[in-house]
Amino acid sequence: MPKADGRPHYLVCNADESEPGTFKDREIMRWTPHQLIEGCAIAAYAIGAERCYIYIRGEFTDPLKIMQHAIDEATAKGAIGSNAFGSGKRIEMIIHRGAGAYICGEETAMLNSIEGKRGNPRIKPPYPAQAGVFGMPTTINNVETLAAVPHIVMRGGEWYKGLSLSNPKSTGTKLISVCGHIQRPGNYEVTMGTPMKELIYDMCGGMRPGRTLKAVIPGGSSVPIMNAAEADDCLLDYEGVVAKGSMLGSAGMIVMDDTTDMVYQIWRLARFYAHESCAQCTQCREGTAWSVRILERILAGKGKQEHFQLLLDLSDNMTGKTICVLSDSCAAPIVSGIQKFRHEFEAYIQGAREPAMAAV
Amino acid sequence: MFSSFRVIQAKDQEELVADELVNVTIDGAQVSVPKGTTIIEAAKQAGILVPHYCYHPSLSSPAVCRMCLVEVEKAPKLMPACVTAVAEGQVVLVDSEKAKKAREGVLELLLINHPLDCPICDQAGECELQDYVFQEGRAGTRYADYAKRYSPVEDFGPDVLYVPNRCILCTRCVRFMEEVAEEPVLNVSERGDRAFIGISPEQRLDHGWSGNVVDLCPVGSLISKDFLHKARAWDLDKTASICPGCTQGCNITIDTRDDMVVRLRPRPNLDVNRYFICDYGRMNYRWMNRGDRIEAPLVRESGRHVATDWDTALDRLGQLVRGTSGSALILASGRASTESLGLVRRMLDRLEVTAAVQVPIGEEAPLAGVPNLALRPERAANLVGAQLLGYSADWPSALRELATAGLVIVLDADLSHSDQELIANAPGGVVVMGTIFDEGLRSAELILPLTTMAEENGTYVNRDRRIQRYNQAKSQPGMSRPAWWVAGEVIAGPGPSASAPATAAEAFELLGERWPAFAGLTHSDLGYTGVVLAESGDALAGSQRADPGFM
Repeated sequence: MPKADGRPHYLVCNADESEPGTFKDREIMRWTPHQLIEGCAIAAYAIGAERCYIYIRGEFTDPLKIMQHAIDEATAKGAIGSNAFGSGKRIEMIIHRGAGAYICGEETAMLNSIEGKRGNPRIKPPYPAQAGVFGMPTTINNVETLAAVPHIVMRGGEWYKGLSLSNPKSTGTKLISVCGHIQRPGNYEVTMGTPMKELIYDMCGGMRPGRTLKAVIPGGSSVPIMNAAEADDCLLDYEGVVAKGSMLGSAGMIVMDDTTDMVYQIWRLARFYAHESCAQCTQCREGTAWSVRILERILAGKGKQEHFQLLLDLSDNMTGKTICVLSDSCAAPIVSGIQKFRHEFEAYIQGAREPAMAAV
Repeated sequence: MFSSFRVIQAKDQEELVADELVNVTIDGAQVSVPKGTTIIEAAKQAGILVPHYCYHPSLSSPAVCRMCLVEVEKAPKLMPACVTAVAEGQVVLVDSEKAKKAREGVLELLLINHPLDCPICDQAGECELQDYVFQEGRAGTRYADYAKRYSPVEDFGPDVLYVPNRCILCTRCVRFMEEVAEEPVLNVSERGDRAFIGISPEQRLDHGWSGNVVDLCPVGSLISKDFLHKARAWDLDKTASICPGCTQGCNITIDTRDDMVVRLRPRPNLDVNRYFICDYGRMNYRWMNRGDRIEAPLVRESGRHVATDWDTALDRLGQLVRGTSGSALILASGRASTESLGLVRRMLDRLEVTAAVQVPIGEEAPLAGVPNLALRPERAANLVGAQLLGYSADWPSALRELATAGLVIVLDADLSHSDQELIANAPGGVVVMGTIFDEGLRSAELILPLTTMAEENGTYVNRDRRIQRYNQAKSQPGMSRPAWWVAGEVIAGPGPSASAPATAAEAFELLGERWPAFAGLTHSDLGYTGVVLAESGDALAGSQRADPGFM
């Protein structure tokens, strides 16, 4: 962010949590809205912003009501508003409700959406810190990040860093949303560096009886899939997950047991991305939809060996070539799925497995 | 959808000055360009075309087609050339394996739902999708298993049809309407591969400049109803010309097929019309194809007009001019060339001449996003040229001179019934130089067949004193000749004469002797974008600008 230059600065809180498998921000807003408001107020003060937009996902009716109520309370008490805590600083918080587009969680698409435009990601540069919402310097942070601010300010950065068990680059704790084939799904706050195994088997109670772990998507649906062996000795911090060929992303952990049809799951994810593509970049608009059609062919028992190469070519075409990373996100599960579970695709293609859907 | 700051960037691009030059190497070619120039524009300077769809120099760059991805040394990813500014010492590869593979990928994806209906598509032959696929696309499809997406053709406006099946969603049309016309009736509707160009409910694409979206569309998705299935692009002959519609002087291309004008399109001139023309100008061509033309000189003999040859007609005209004493009157069309207006005026130099040019008045239609560009109310392309040559725009006072003029010359003017009646009752001799025979002018001594501006070379001076050339786009019917030729022959006198101008360029050089505004200028000085005439009479140096706009 530039230093005070006479232009208004803005803080945007990204509460558009739409990543499949991720539901931590929703719970922060439902249960500790004041913590988020406090974090936003501190962050706004730090960057010299008088206005903070909290962009809440359209489907989050409950968190929206609770957040609005909490903001009204805070304003009535003078904690925020035209003279926050008598400091002479104006800190306004405005909730902007999304309309249900996944892409509006992408930070620059969110800025367009706040401006009343179609939620299309912008080209970077310029980055939001130079020209964000309404062309003004803008800082965008996620709900979890901003909610951590009051604690860090209260107890100091050293304390927060010290919480980490492993790599000093990943500091503090992480909220992890665990869902899927697991005994106790839910949100878990773990210190960085906790072994994934510990989270899955101890905290979440492990697999359902008689089932074994097959795959984990560790960072929301947009990251490469990990197989059981990779999950087995993975440490839950940014570097640990990268070391296993994936990413911690939004920390929405989707756990799949041995009953899972991987091809079907990958198709389901690809269909989501094809539906949510904003239609700007050619690779994403056409590539995601084509990938879905190929996966449907395979699931319908009409797959061919050439489809492997075609899917990989398409994924290569969709990776690192577009304005935002939506198409990369669609390609990640497809590529890792083919790498790690190729035999399941082969089973459909060779007719060893009953078709999962009618031919298209 | 396009944030305001980006539009500002796009406009800045045009105002780059050569204060600070940056050296870059593009595919081995070294080029120095002003700091802040985009790679795509720098490559143009180096003579390299980076394939692209969504980029257009007059619009903001959304970088959505991803066709212009190029390899930039040291950059981890391919960069969009349309929005990436050059940096000192940068090495850019357009023709590298990596960039070509990316383009091949984009082309494959653009084609999966694109109907291969090129044989019935108006864009075929001038289609950027066709061109680039031919240049570097895959030979076969890998999408054969699926039916292509289908949506019916939509009627967008008076002259524009939208064929969604062919659309590649480059959004040039959306941006033109939003940023240039400033009437944002088009949008991108829906998402993903269901997306299409939508039009706001209850609205039509009927803005006075909306026809430009057809030219901007890189494929055959937005097509002109007027041009629908009229001609194949490769059958067209293209001639650089100037729109005869108003005093703006937009540069155009006249497209003809078998000697018929089939459409007018804008020709880029950054100083006059950028890349655009208005719909009025675009549709103002049917008169160029009229078949009921005067094709031979007609002389009046015992109450009847009899066709004759040019020698006889010129003798007769010479006699009339020399035989007149006192005053003469010229009633000229506002789209007569500078050469014709000038030489007809000179032909009468011995007499006291009143000359007037006809200026029909219509409604003004500005193009909001481009300063100083509008369909002007004065529908006379050469009004300023005529004024420089001593013609007045005061038509009614000129008509009053009919009562005393010894000789009246009608120079292709489009006369009303009452004007014709006044002329029929005029005491002086009447000579009509024209293209269409007017029943009301039966009293004329002499009727001479003229060429239209589409059938001759000439110049117009626009409202900003920019003198621009237009070229002959189709053959002249019968014995018709430009008016400057007729006047030049009369001035030179009977018999073969070396002093009579044989070309419009020679006729133009005769103007400078009499009118200092044109002194020292030749047709070849004017180039393709014209020259601004200085008030003092010297042509402004440096007003010809190399045009980066031919894409």
